[in-house]
Amino acid sequence: MPRVVVDVMLKPEILDPQGQAVANALPRLGVTDVSSVRIGRRIEIEFSGQPDLDRAREIADKLLANPVIEDYTVRLADAEESTP
Amino acid sequence: MTARIGVVTFPGSLDDRDAARAVRIAGAEAVPLWHDDPNLHGVDAVVLPGGFSYGDYLRCGAIARFAPVMETIAAGARDGLPVLGICNGFQILCEAHLLPGALTRNQHLHFRNRDQWLRVESAGTAWTNAFQPGQEILVPVKNGEGRYVADQRTLDELEATGRVVVRYVYGNPNGSQRDIAGITNEAGNVVGLMPHPEHAVEALTGPSLDGLGFFTSILKHLLGAPA
Repeated sequence: MPRVVVDVMLKPEILDPQGQAVANALPRLGVTDVSSVRIGRRIEIEFSGQPDLDRAREIADKLLANPVIEDYTVRLADAEESTP
Repeated sequence: MTARIGVVTFPGSLDDRDAARAVRIAGAEAVPLWHDDPNLHGVDAVVLPGGFSYGDYLRCGAIARFAPVMETIAAGARDGLPVLGICNGFQILCEAHLLPGALTRNQHLHFRNRDQWLRVESAGTAWTNAFQPGQEILVPVKNGEGRYVADQRTLDELEATGRVVVRYVYGNPNGSQRDIAGITNEAGNVVGLMPHPEHAVEALTGPSLDGLGFFTSILKHLLGAPA
């Protein structure tokens, strides 16, 4: 059964200190050409029946994301992503 | 008549006992409320205590918002029920949209635990009427995700309408915008703050007795003192 994938990201104007900390650590790996890192969250939902994108959007809007500080996208997982 | 102040316990609440103790020291009856019980048992006001409700999973306060007790509290708050959210309680109030804005990861990423000076900016709420406007108080702060953020329009509105209740002074522990430590809703019955007044009510354990003012304020309010 295909999964629904919800990606949640902090809005661009919200400071992401975790992303900054990761970006600041990259020079220790010898990486010097990264200008920005931002960290979000990926959530995979499996419905008991057919995947319901509208229902998934409602779940994302009410619980998975806080629209005050976060944006989200909802999509069906690609075929290869859905392999359990 | 003794005022009855409810203190909610969620799975992962830490400071419910201290909050209940502060309520009793102020002279009210502390009524334990349970996250899974929508019945408020006739309380006159509610405290949402600090801690890590539901393990802070997803976002702090995001899951507690949907607890059965919160449905009743949210409806009551819109009808004027006084609600004080401390730390995780403040996060829950923001997640429930009873207060604007959100609490995010501290700017410096460190958990900050120290005694903190605050300035009481608004003594016009149900929970701060025992203070003088501009009074400086010392209470503990302890959080990892206490950075208050809101869009500029919301921040300007909070400032213009006197809804910034307490502000950090002599240092901002978490990068909160405009040094905001606590805010109130339009009606002044719902207050949320990140610092912990319930830990500053006894000389033995607190840095001051300043926190007691929040709990004596609600008693004054319930006795009909003008807010």
